[in-house]
Parts: sequence; C-alpha cells; structure tokens
Amino acid sequence: MSGLDALHLARVQFAFTVMFHIVFPAISIGLASYLVVLEALWLRTGRAVFLDLFRYWLKLFALAFGMGVVSGVVMSYQFGTNWAGFSDKTGPVIGPLMGYEVLSAFFLEAGFLGVMLFGAERVGRRVHFAASCIVALGTLISAFWILSVNSWMQTPAGYSIDADGRFLPADWLAVIFNPSFFYRLPHMVLASYLSVACLVGATGAWHLLRHPENAGSRVMFSMALWMLALVAPVQVLVGDLHGLNTLAYQPAKIAAIEGLFSSQAGAPLVLFGVPDMEQARIGYEIAVPHLSALILTHDWNGALQGLDAWPRADWPHVGIVFWAFRVMVGLGVAMVAAGGASLYLRVRGRLFAARWLQRVMLGLGPAGLIALLAGWVTTEAGRQPYTVYGLLRTADSVSPIGAPGVGLSLAAFVLVYLAVFGAGVGIMLRLMAQPPKAEG
Amino acid sequence: MDLAMIWAGLIAFAVLAYVVLDGFDLGVGMLFAVERDPKMRDLMVHSIAPVWDGNETWLVLGGGGLFAVFPLAYATILPALYPAIIGMLLALVFRGVAFEFRVRAGNKRLWDIAFGVGSGLAGFCQGLTLGGLLQGIRVEHRAYAGGWWDWLTGFTVLCGVAVVIGYALLGACWLIWRTEGELQQRCRGYARWLGVMTFVLTGVVSLWTPLLHARFAARWFGWPGVLLTSPVPVLLAGLAWLFWRGLVKGEVGPFLCALGWFVLGFAGLGISLFPLIVPPDITIWDAAGPDSSLRFLLAGTVVLVPLILGYTGYSYWLFRGKVRLPAGH
Repeated sequence: MSGLDALHLARVQFAFTVMFHIVFPAISIGLASYLVVLEALWLRTGRAVFLDLFRYWLKLFALAFGMGVVSGVVMSYQFGTNWAGFSDKTGPVIGPLMGYEVLSAFFLEAGFLGVMLFGAERVGRRVHFAASCIVALGTLISAFWILSVNSWMQTPAGYSIDADGRFLPADWLAVIFNPSFFYRLPHMVLASYLSVACLVGATGAWHLLRHPENAGSRVMFSMALWMLALVAPVQVLVGDLHGLNTLAYQPAKIAAIEGLFSSQAGAPLVLFGVPDMEQARIGYEIAVPHLSALILTHDWNGALQGLDAWPRADWPHVGIVFWAFRVMVGLGVAMVAAGGASLYLRVRGRLFAARWLQRVMLGLGPAGLIALLAGWVTTEAGRQPYTVYGLLRTADSVSPIGAPGVGLSLAAFVLVYLAVFGAGVGIMLRLMAQPPKAEG
Repeated sequence: MDLAMIWAGLIAFAVLAYVVLDGFDLGVGMLFAVERDPKMRDLMVHSIAPVWDGNETWLVLGGGGLFAVFPLAYATILPALYPAIIGMLLALVFRGVAFEFRVRAGNKRLWDIAFGVGSGLAGFCQGLTLGGLLQGIRVEHRAYAGGWWDWLTGFTVLCGVAVVIGYALLGACWLIWRTEGELQQRCRGYARWLGVMTFVLTGVVSLWTPLLHARFAARWFGWPGVLLTSPVPVLLAGLAWLFWRGLVKGEVGPFLCALGWFVLGFAGLGISLFPLIVPPDITIWDAAGPDSSLRFLLAGTVVLVPLILGYTGYSYWLFRGKVRLPAGH
C-alpha cells in the first residue's frame, strides 16, 4: 500500500511541477518569435512603436524565461529523484535526445539571452537582432528535442529491449522521428504561438478599452488577431491529423477522449457527459449521432474500438482525458471564432471600434495557455498506465523512495512554486497593465 | 578508444565547468547577503546578470549527460541524495527568479533575502551531494538500497560547509576582478579570510576522504599512486602562496588562483574515485549505457561543445571590464 501511495505522490509531483514549468517555455517560444518580428519591423520601418513594443515584451520575456530555466532545472533532475526505474531503463534511448537539447538549445538560449537583455549598448543593431534570432531559434530547437522525447514515450520506435527490460537504441532516426513526432511538434509550437497571441491580444485589448487611440495597443491587438485568424484554423487541422495518428497508435486514448466505453460502428460524438468508469458508461450524455465515426474514420458507419477492447488495468483515467480534451477543443473553437470575427471587422474597417471584440479578447487572455495545458493533460493522462506506451508501466518506473519522502518534497514544491511563480505571474500582470508608450 | 572513459572525462568537465562558473556567481550571491549598501548590492548582481543562466546550464548538462550516458549512476545517486538534491533545486528556484524579481516586485527586500539565502543553500546542498557521493551509496539490483538519512553525516556537512566557503571565495575573487574602489577593497578583505578557511577545509576534507574507503587510501598513499597524488598538495601550496601575494594589488590574479585551486581539488576527487562513478562498487563501465548511445551523443558533442565554449567566451568578452551600473539606475 505504501508503495502505491508513493507512486501516486510521485505522479502528482511530476504533474504539478511539469504543468507549472511548461507554461513558461510556451510563453518563451511564442514571445521569442514575436520579439524577432517586432525587432525586424523596427529595423525595416524605423517606426518607434515597434521598438517600444519590443522593449515592452522583452521585460516579460526575461521574466518568463527565468522562471522557465529554474523550473526546468527541477525537471531535468526529477527523472532521477522520483523516476529512477524509468531513468535506468530508458536513459540509453531518450537520455541522448535530452543531452542534445541541452547542448544545442539551452546553451544557445542562455548564451545569447545576455546579449539580448543587456547588450544593446555594447553591440550594433545587426548583432543584437542576430542574438534575438538565435534565442528564438534556441527555443524552437529545444521544442524539437523535448517533443521528440515525449513522442517516443507515446509512440516508441527504433529500439530493442534487453534481458533486464532496458530499452536499447537500434535506429536513431526512427527514435527521433517516431510516428507521432511530426504531429506533436507543430501542434506544440503553434499552441505556444497562439498562447502568446492571446496574451498579447488581451494586453492590447485592456489598454484599448481605456485609451482607444494608443498606437502600441493597436499594433498589439491587430497583430494578435492576425495570428488567431491565420494560425488557429491551421492548428485545428494539425490537431485533427494528430488525432488520426493517435487513433492509429494509441486507440485506447482515443476511446477515453471520445468517452467510448463499448466498441461500435457509427459511434456518436459525445459533446457533453459525465464518464463513469465503474459503470463503464457516460451519464447525462449529449451526443451527435455518427459524428465521431465520421471524424475519425471518415465513414458514417465506421467502426471504432471502445475501452471494452482492453482490460481495465490498461485504461487511462477516462474522466480526466475526456474533460481535458473538451476544454482544449472548446477554447480552440473560441480562438478560431475570435480570429474570424476580427477578419470580418477588419474588412468593415471597424477592428478598433468594436469594443465587444476587445472584451472578448481580454477574456481570451489565458485561453491559449489553458488550452495548451489541457492538451498536455489529455495526451499525458491518456498515455497511462504506461510511461513508455504499451511497454513500461508507470508503476515499474518509480524510485524506491517511501511515501513520506515523496510527500514531503511534494509539499515543498507546492509551497515554493505557489509563492515564487505566484509572485512572478503577479509581476508579469503588473507589467502588462502598464500601457505601452502612446506615440507611434 | 573506450567510450565510457571519454564520457567520464566529458561529464567531469561539465561538472567542473559548473562548479567554477556557477560557483563564483553563487558566491557573489552569498557575499550579497552580508552586504548592506544597496548600490553595492546592485553592482554585485549586475556583475553576474548576463552570464548566470549560461553558468547554470552546465548543471543541466551534468544531470542530462549522466541520464544519457551513465543512466545507472543517475538512477541511483539522485534517489540516494534525494533531500539534498531537492533542497538544491528549490534554492536555485529562489535565487534564479530573484534576479528579475528584485528589480520588479514590490518587495525588493524579500527577494534580496531569497537571492542571498538561495545562493548559500544551493552551495551547501551541492556540498552535501558531493560528500554523500564520496562516502558511498548502497545499491542492490540496480536500485538505491540505503535509507532516507544516509546523506546526513559529519562528513557530508563538512563538505557542505567547505563548498559554501569555497564558492564565497570564488565570488570574492570575481568581484575583486570585476569591480573597483570600495567594493573591491572590501572583497580583498573577504578573500583573505575565506582563502584561509578554504585552505583549512580543503585540507580536512582531503585527509578525511582516504579514510572513507580503503580503496581511496590505497590510491593516495600506495605505490605507484603516490607518484600521481603527491604533486597535488605541492601545487596547492604553490597556488596558495600566489593567491596570498595577489590579494594585495592583483586584479584577475586571485580569481585565477582560486580557479586553479578548484581544478586541483577536482583532480584530487578524480584520483580518489576513478574508475568508480558511484562508490563503493559501481564503475563507469558498469554504469555506462550501450555504446550506440554513447557514440550517438558523442558525435554531436564533439561539434557542439567547442561552439558553446566559443560563444560563451564571446559573451564574457562582450561584458568585460569593470562593472558599472547602467544609466538610470
């Protein structure tokens, strides 16, 4: 029993620390690219408004990046502290990928961030712009490797297993470019861009509601809505392809997402309901007949496996996966709608006049990040009860640390993270509440 | 060529790079804690602000590298030294965010405390980790088999104190190099007694370490090991003399001596441990992953590490010279 408790505490600890962590790299990925665009626009047009916005968001970038670094160092050691079984067995395959992340991304970001933040007076404009580009490139390289690691845990490939149950690399290209990698990487990068678009859009909206003529706020608001209008629909497409890939490689996860307990032809799309794992059914179900079959199999009467195709011991937690997915999709639809509305208003010449859109964008401020977290919860909780899908059980991955030890460290992480990152988010919000310079 | 040997050398290099680089900036954080003048404090932080997170990246490389090429070491050392590692990580969280928070948050005092205390605690926990590793870790069936409190002994606490003092010395010497006037003079004073204490503590740890395992003692005092080991204390004494002379008027000299001191101490650790990676039994060959993993990561490392050293060097060069506060401060 105590072993079980330690396992659950270790899982909670990982979920807690990684969910706090991923928010900051997501902001860093999105903001780094946004800063490159702003700096390029300034260099090209010479308009002061772009430089003002660059400086405005650079402060926030520094904060988010710093919090990402310190919470990321925690992650790089947590595999060993709490998941020693996992580390020993998978280290030979995913360890080198993480090693490459450090060597090709972390050093690059850290090395040039100093130039970006403090070097403006010491280097020319071109070198400074190059540093900004390199930092942005670093965030993308980092995403490449860590998504490769995660994808391998979801859809392992290119390995063999030795007598001790250790994974050994057999084909590195197959390991890195495993079957779900090309879906997860763009999905995450676009999610980061959309998250930052929501933050930038909400900041612009907040200031436009007070000072409708502020040039910087207008630029932010307009750029963010271009992003939503153009990229949110692409994200829906990428997500759909990703779902089909998951159906091919992790059908039990899809069954949990769809709330499909029994295998059937022409499965309905459950819009709302309360999954009941005991009874293996959905309560209070509101569903559209045949739609799930149509989306996933492109056939009105296509057959889908329900969770009854697997023993209960192999089920993920249906409620978590089911709800997290709906939160993600719901917010995604809202982003598409806001982007679409902005196009309509833009054509009518009323983009900055329609105050209701500013209020909507203010409400959507955290939407990108919440959707991103919900998406990660869907895919990670949906991978359970395995760490390496179908091959290594979570229960066999944990460290030989007793429940008191894991519980104590969990309590310490919760206290410190809430205090530190709570303060950090407070500072970020206060910076965002300051209006950008009025003149452009 | 033996891949495990090459990797042991590379990981040792990463750890050494971490210890001396983050060592001086953690040390600056500790001296920050005893400094009262807000302007001096700002100068101290400013001297390390552009480089600290590059320095800390070596810690991630040490951990990530261990995971990649010596997974058994990673999977036994971290559970064994669990509280020390968690303590270090949390301390680094406080200290890392304080760089930005102390200038932007409402309560500067609070984050100043977090910066100083976090720096000290991180160093202390790293010393505990070092001591815990040296005194040995019980492993059965490829898993940690010791107790919850194994990391806390007289020896590990001594190592913790020694690392704190050593880091503070590095920090003081860094500030002698990078500042001028009043702050520089004050740091010359700090460096004097920190140097003496470091010298004494290094001596005590060095004498205690061979007593931990017969294997260490045989390496240090047995023939022909003594040929390799006897120059270490001689070189240490020579560096100590140079350091002492440099304290009066030297600029970069004391910092270089302190670095040399750390390199020698690190070499001493290597002499004790090699070829063990997790004493008392696990060697680098036991802990190494398969050759294909080691070779795959090595291929990129050979290209990327020189690049990293190149642009890290560029960054230090860019921010060279005596530190001054930016306009508007």
